[in-house]
Amino acid sequence: MKMNEFFSDLWRRFSKAVIVEDRWLLYLEGLGNTLLIALMAAVLGITIGVVLAMINYINKKTGKLRVATKISNFYITLVRGTPVVLQLMILYFVVFSFWDNGIMIGAITFGLNSGAYVAEIARSGFESVDDGQMEAGRAMGLSTWQTMRTIIIPQAVRNCLPPLFNEFIMLVKETAIVGYVGIYDLGKIPGLIQSRTFDYLFPLLIAAVLYLIVVLGLTKILHVLENRMAKSDRNRGGVANGK
Amino acid sequence: MENKVIIRVCDLKKQFGSNVVLDGVNTDFIEGQHVAIIGPSGSGKSTFLRCLNRLEESTAGEIWFDGENIADPKVDIDHHRQKMGMVFQQFNLFNNKTVLQNITLAPVIIRKKALAKKKRQNSRTRFLNCFRKEKQPLIEITETVESIQAEAERTARALLERVGLPEKADVYPSTLSGGQKQRIAIARALAMNPKVMLFDEPTSALDPEMVGEVLDLIRDLAKEGMTMIIVTHEMGFAREVADRVLFMADGNIVEEGTPAELFDSPKEERTKQFLKCVL
Ligand SMILES: Nc1ncnc2c1ncn2[C@@H]1O[C@H](COP(=O)(O)OP(=O)(O)OP(=O)(O)O)[C@@H](O)[C@H]1O
Ligand SMILES: [Mg+2]
Repeated sequence: MKMNEFFSDLWRRFSKAVIVEDRWLLYLEGLGNTLLIALMAAVLGITIGVVLAMINYINKKTGKLRVATKISNFYITLVRGTPVVLQLMILYFVVFSFWDNGIMIGAITFGLNSGAYVAEIARSGFESVDDGQMEAGRAMGLSTWQTMRTIIIPQAVRNCLPPLFNEFIMLVKETAIVGYVGIYDLGKIPGLIQSRTFDYLFPLLIAAVLYLIVVLGLTKILHVLENRMAKSDRNRGGVANGK
Repeated sequence: MENKVIIRVCDLKKQFGSNVVLDGVNTDFIEGQHVAIIGPSGSGKSTFLRCLNRLEESTAGEIWFDGENIADPKVDIDHHRQKMGMVFQQFNLFNNKTVLQNITLAPVIIRKKALAKKKRQNSRTRFLNCFRKEKQPLIEITETVESIQAEAERTARALLERVGLPEKADVYPSTLSGGQKQRIAIARALAMNPKVMLFDEPTSALDPEMVGEVLDLIRDLAKEGMTMIIVTHEMGFAREVADRVLFMADGNIVEEGTPAELFDSPKEERTKQFLKCVL
């Protein structure tokens, strides 16, 4: 009897959190926004990061781009040295105060932020490319940029695909703080529902499970990617004494 | 016989910090000549070769090639490098490209760029002609992006045939043996139809059983009259293939001569010492 009451109470709470007023739609919308922000941020972040790492690489190999390297290092120090919440608030309340598209501002913030971290990942990607590759390209009469574009960047990016994908997984979780400035991503939805039902239990639980499913799914994809790469490395490099 | 100088080196100096590696080198390389550069480790042989196509910037001096002092930072070195093939000790094949792409990459990029430039010039002329009384002629363009690609692939397949590896066109370099890699690297360097080939110890990174196939190929090139500068530790090969041998030590050419002169009756004490150690 007591057991029964307990479960029917639980069911009532669950139904308020999910079924009443089609609230399950809110979670999906939040999840959609979270993925959208993370995806846009990842694209922007990878672009910025690869460009910064490339500037650094060219500077190291040729001594050119001194000023650009200084600016890029300053950017990396600045972004990594300040909390992302503050960066978000600065962009949302100050820089883009005229703009009410929170999702875009969130994506831009995290893109700019992730760029500084991706720069570090990409830098090691560039460093893992043998110096002889650039020399061979230049010796054939290609310019630095032509060699970068066709030889160095493809190898550098391939070398750090797994950590880049991992950065995307991190973004899915970390973007949860965009709720601070009132964007309805998955992390913000429990609060929204609680404000109507005065019950946090299921909304929080459901949001956590959804994050977990997405992160585990993406991690699975990452492992498949890593295996594929290892396999194609073996296929490309298997027979050392080729016949 | 006409002795056309293809590269003239005047008082070439190279320093790494305070370390003087080349100390005023003077020499001429003659068209069709096969020059071997020998000398102890650290004597500046690689540095000298790399200065010739400016992979290493020289500190002072002149390098005359194709009527220009290419040591001058203002010259378009990329343009001249297309006429100088280089083969590295470590092969340096492009890892992300197939064998065929390794050979076609540079010719295709360079020729496509030249084509785009011609097209740009023509549109400019066409535009300006609208305002001109006397129309200027357009540049005749016979090639297309597709024909450039096809032509490069034809050349590449012919080169693969020549180095004896036609079946390797579509594999990646990492599946090749060292000897095969170096033969592909030579084919790649030949793809731009260079006036001179620079070899930096082309067989030093190879297992002994693969040295032969690479030397055979270089020997064939020599027979066909390719101008070559070869840094090598293979004294037998230098003696056989070279018309002229330069002995470098301590940043300069200590002695030079025909292989017979240099190997059989060296004049300088430094040369005698070195040959005693390696022969
Ligand atoms: N990038 C560099 N930076 C500083 N020093 C260098 C550099 N490259 C070469 N050197 C120095 O220049 C000198 C000559 O080197 P180089 O490689 O030209 O000799 P080498 O005759 O080719 O020797 P080896 O037979 O071992 O290949 C050496 O003392 C070397 O330490
Ligand atoms: Mg050397």
